[in-house]
Amino acid sequence: MDKILVMVAGLAAIAFIIWWFFGQHKVESAEVTLDDNQQMIDIQVDGGYSPEHIVLKQGVPATLNFTRTDPSGCLDHVVFADFGINQELPQGQKVSLKINTDQPGQYQWACGMDMFHGQVTVE
Amino acid sequence: MQKLTTSRRFIIALIFSVPMLVKMVLMPFGFHLPGGVITEFGLTTIVMAVSAAPFLKSSWSSFKKHHSNMDTLVAIGTMTAYLYSIYAMIVGQPVFFEGAALVVTFILLGQVFEERMRKNASSAVEKLLDLQAKDAIVIRDGQEVTIPLDQVVTGDLIKVLPGQKIAVDGTIVDGQSTVDESMVTGESMPVEKKAGDAVIGATINTNGSFVFKAGKIGEETMLSQIVEMVKKAQTSRAPIQNLTDRVSGIFVPIVLILAIATFLIWYVFLGSALSTVLVFAISILVIACPCALGLATPTALMVGTGLSAKHGILIKNGEVLEAVNQVKMVILDKTGTITVGQPVVTDVIGPEKKIMTLAGQLEKNSEHPLAIAVLDYAEKLGLNNQESAKNFAAIEGQGVTGELNGQTAFVGNTRLLAERQIDPDLQKKMQELQAEAKTVVLVGEADQVIGLVAIQDAPKASSKKAIADLKARGLKTVMLTGDNQLVAEAIADQVGIDQVITEVMPNDKADHVQAFQQEGAVAFVGDGINDAPALSTANVGIAMGSGTDVVIESGDIILVKNDLQDVATAIELSAKIFNRIKLNLFWAFIYNVLGIPVAAGLFYGIGFILSPELAGLAMAFSSLSVVTSSLLLNKTRLKTLAAKKSMA
Repeated sequence: MDKILVMVAGLAAIAFIIWWFFGQHKVESAEVTLDDNQQMIDIQVDGGYSPEHIVLKQGVPATLNFTRTDPSGCLDHVVFADFGINQELPQGQKVSLKINTDQPGQYQWACGMDMFHGQVTVE
Repeated sequence: MQKLTTSRRFIIALIFSVPMLVKMVLMPFGFHLPGGVITEFGLTTIVMAVSAAPFLKSSWSSFKKHHSNMDTLVAIGTMTAYLYSIYAMIVGQPVFFEGAALVVTFILLGQVFEERMRKNASSAVEKLLDLQAKDAIVIRDGQEVTIPLDQVVTGDLIKVLPGQKIAVDGTIVDGQSTVDESMVTGESMPVEKKAGDAVIGATINTNGSFVFKAGKIGEETMLSQIVEMVKKAQTSRAPIQNLTDRVSGIFVPIVLILAIATFLIWYVFLGSALSTVLVFAISILVIACPCALGLATPTALMVGTGLSAKHGILIKNGEVLEAVNQVKMVILDKTGTITVGQPVVTDVIGPEKKIMTLAGQLEKNSEHPLAIAVLDYAEKLGLNNQESAKNFAAIEGQGVTGELNGQTAFVGNTRLLAERQIDPDLQKKMQELQAEAKTVVLVGEADQVIGLVAIQDAPKASSKKAIADLKARGLKTVMLTGDNQLVAEAIADQVGIDQVITEVMPNDKADHVQAFQQEGAVAFVGDGINDAPALSTANVGIAMGSGTDVVIESGDIILVKNDLQDVATAIELSAKIFNRIKLNLFWAFIYNVLGIPVAAGLFYGIGFILSPELAGLAMAFSSLSVVTSSLLLNKTRLKTLAAKKSMA
């Protein structure tokens, strides 16, 4: 009887993991605040990036402000391969990154170990 | 507590887990910790609360976002061990507190080393910028004033004393000296500099003193651009990484499922004891951490591109490395790449003064290397103050025509002969000169050739060795040139090129590269603006020397020095870095592929199980071994470089 209970609980756990991690979930997306020819957005780094998807206007200088509250060494760098940025994010400090918005397109960013991802769309 | 650094967390974990480690080792000799299980509980609770808390926090925040990371595995693994042990302690079963504490300690140990090594790997290039001079002696209003570097503006006259660093890029206007450029170009021999020569910021003036005019400052300087390019390369992605990207996203949830499945199989179907089964599940979680996989490519790329930059070889990105490995043949531009690129007049056939006057007048506005040789020679003869030709017209790939004293005159190569006359004596002479690998320029009036100017551009000292090195790597070598067969083959024989394509028009170079691509991947080596299309077309474009901005834009690999030997070095280095990435990925995968079945109790039948603490140690070691392997790239011996050193 015990074993049947454990079996059911185990299978339920597996089902939950599949649904939770592989299911379709809403991605936090955000438009930026625009003022005086300057677009800016704050990004929280805590178990990933929030927001994870950012839409920027083409041709307007953009600043992304990353603040890492997560203690994990996994997230201590942010890498924009397309822009040649590999920036250290000291925990609890706001780090500003300027992004070139001349070319429309989708640009991925990732943590130093390439485990967490975010995306900038320039349009 | 949040502000604890990884190394502090490690030290705390170490201090509180050492007593349990001692107990584990000495237990067969009847040693027990004073206080027994209660002491172990206390020690582990401190480790979990202080050192492991950030793992829990991080994995919880990512869990909420439907993400998972290595911390998820560590947190679930250690918490399971800890909570089960509390339960076991209460019901009087065997506990394994030390498992939880030691896993935390070992994982943190790995992270401490890894953090340091990653810093080492990334800081090498930024240190280059520290090489810059802090100030400069600028001559303003006739006064020498020392000002900080950032106040220097373009056009400033800057004085450089012996032993001083050159502040910015520019051109010497007065004085001469020898300059050590090794920090920028990787060239170990100091270079002679006199008025008119270019100097590079951050290089060191040795014995003389001179004044130079600032040309490029700030972010425009060669050093800044090199640093910028290397930084871009270091963060770029290699296509081989796509595999790990796909894997890392789904890896952690799959490992969680595997751990639960293992637990169910052993507990439900095979009826093993709960404590044994838990050990299997926890070991799987701990050993499976995909950190090493994520580090394999970026660290090798970072160290490799930095190392190449030190040798004056700038690799643009990770894709180039993979492309270089596919290359089957190297196509080289002749002028300036294989040869010195500064041809000089060796013979003049016919009435020298008349021919040189004519040629000088026609070539006056040309920047073609052959024209420069003609003008230099005309200047030597004192014929440089002539008026230039009227109705000047260039016939692309052939030469130029113009009007002088009411008559058309022409100067150019043998293709001009299609529509013009030459007498048999001159024709014979022309062939003799061509057999000596000299380029013959025809000079004529109306439709008649009246004289010949022979110009030679000799191969660089290192070209022969460089071609031999390329062939030794199994690469086919091809030379492209606008010269005719005789000239081209004479040079090709001297340096040992496999195949020669002659009389190539500048805009046809890219087409030839494309044609060769039918046979396999092609690397093209060139230095001139007219090489840009070919550089972009080739699978790997290698731009030589101090080349113009256009060339640097279209090249995949930029050689700072104007030395053909670096082509072989660049290919060797790229192969080394790429192989290291593959080796790293292999090791990272092997750890998981072999580690997970062992941890799942595959060898339980023969009495071998992987305890969580061993799994933690293996995990720490896998990240470390990958980063160490990348850093070891710095120590690799390069065949091409070793040979060069012994030559020097």
